Amino acid sequence: MHAMTDISTLHYLVLGAALFLLGVIGVLTRRNVVIVLMSIELILNAVNLNLVAFSRYWQSIHGPSALHGQVFAIFVITDAAAEAAVGLGILIAFFRNKETVNVDEVNLLKW
Amino acid sequence: MNPQIAGNPPVATPYFFYGLAAIMIIGGILVITRKNAVHSALALITTLLAQAALYLMLYAPFVAGVQIILYAGGIMVLFLFVIMLISIERAEKERQFNKQWLVGIAAAAALGGLFITVYTATTKGRVLFPEGRTSYVDMQNTQGIANLLFDQHGGTYMFAFEIASLLLLVAIIGAVVMAKKRI
Repeated sequence: MHAMTDISTLHYLVLGAALFLLGVIGVLTRRNVVIVLMSIELILNAVNLNLVAFSRYWQSIHGPSALHGQVFAIFVITDAAAEAAVGLGILIAFFRNKETVNVDEVNLLKW
Repeated sequence: MNPQIAGNPPVATPYFFYGLAAIMIIGGILVITRKNAVHSALALITTLLAQAALYLMLYAPFVAGVQIILYAGGIMVLFLFVIMLISIERAEKERQFNKQWLVGIAAAAALGGLFITVYTATTKGRVLFPEGRTSYVDMQNTQGIANLLFDQHGGTYMFAFEIASLLLLVAIIGAVVMAKKRI
């Protein structure tokens, strides 16, 4: 059906899953807030890669103007910009109050 | 149309995919393991640029340009400025991973198991996701995206586009309010 060297949609999905997992590990294990935010960017990029790969597959079925996945990717990038701006603003306010960038020292709501 | 028809030859050989994928994985590992946040940011920029190259391989030049200009050029500069504003010297000497890192790794492993299960699941002997190479599509990519976003007759995402501008306005106000010393 296809040669082994062909790069299919599944290849991109597996790469996206690997990046997503790296981002999840970073969010769950790191203490530095800046690196946690960067891990969130990794997760968003993994999703974007999947969306663009699906967009190409969708184009091959529904014709070249079916670019919905790429439009979604652009919206995700917009969200990432908004999230980074607000998140880093919160980080600056947090650092001004607590003089630390460690997430496990934000435990006001902890039981 | 059969998605597995052989179209024009791919824009780059498969070795480029594996090379770029390796750069992205190594960059991602460096992002989550470096002590210095600046090093993490540089590794993340490398990952983002490699991903832009992958977008080019997927015939998405507009998204690739947006990725470079907005992500590598805009968001990462914002990150680097904030890293300069907060002191990183002390954070480097402290413990880098929190106490529940074992639980975090276990949760990520469970998620990875879920991914493997889904990607290898078969229905009637075929995997759920397409395996074959997709055909080449010949079109003005940027023009197609603009038609979806802005066209007054068929602009599917015009309303979402306006909502996105509202979201950015809220984010600007939020960032200013958060970073201000006294409101």
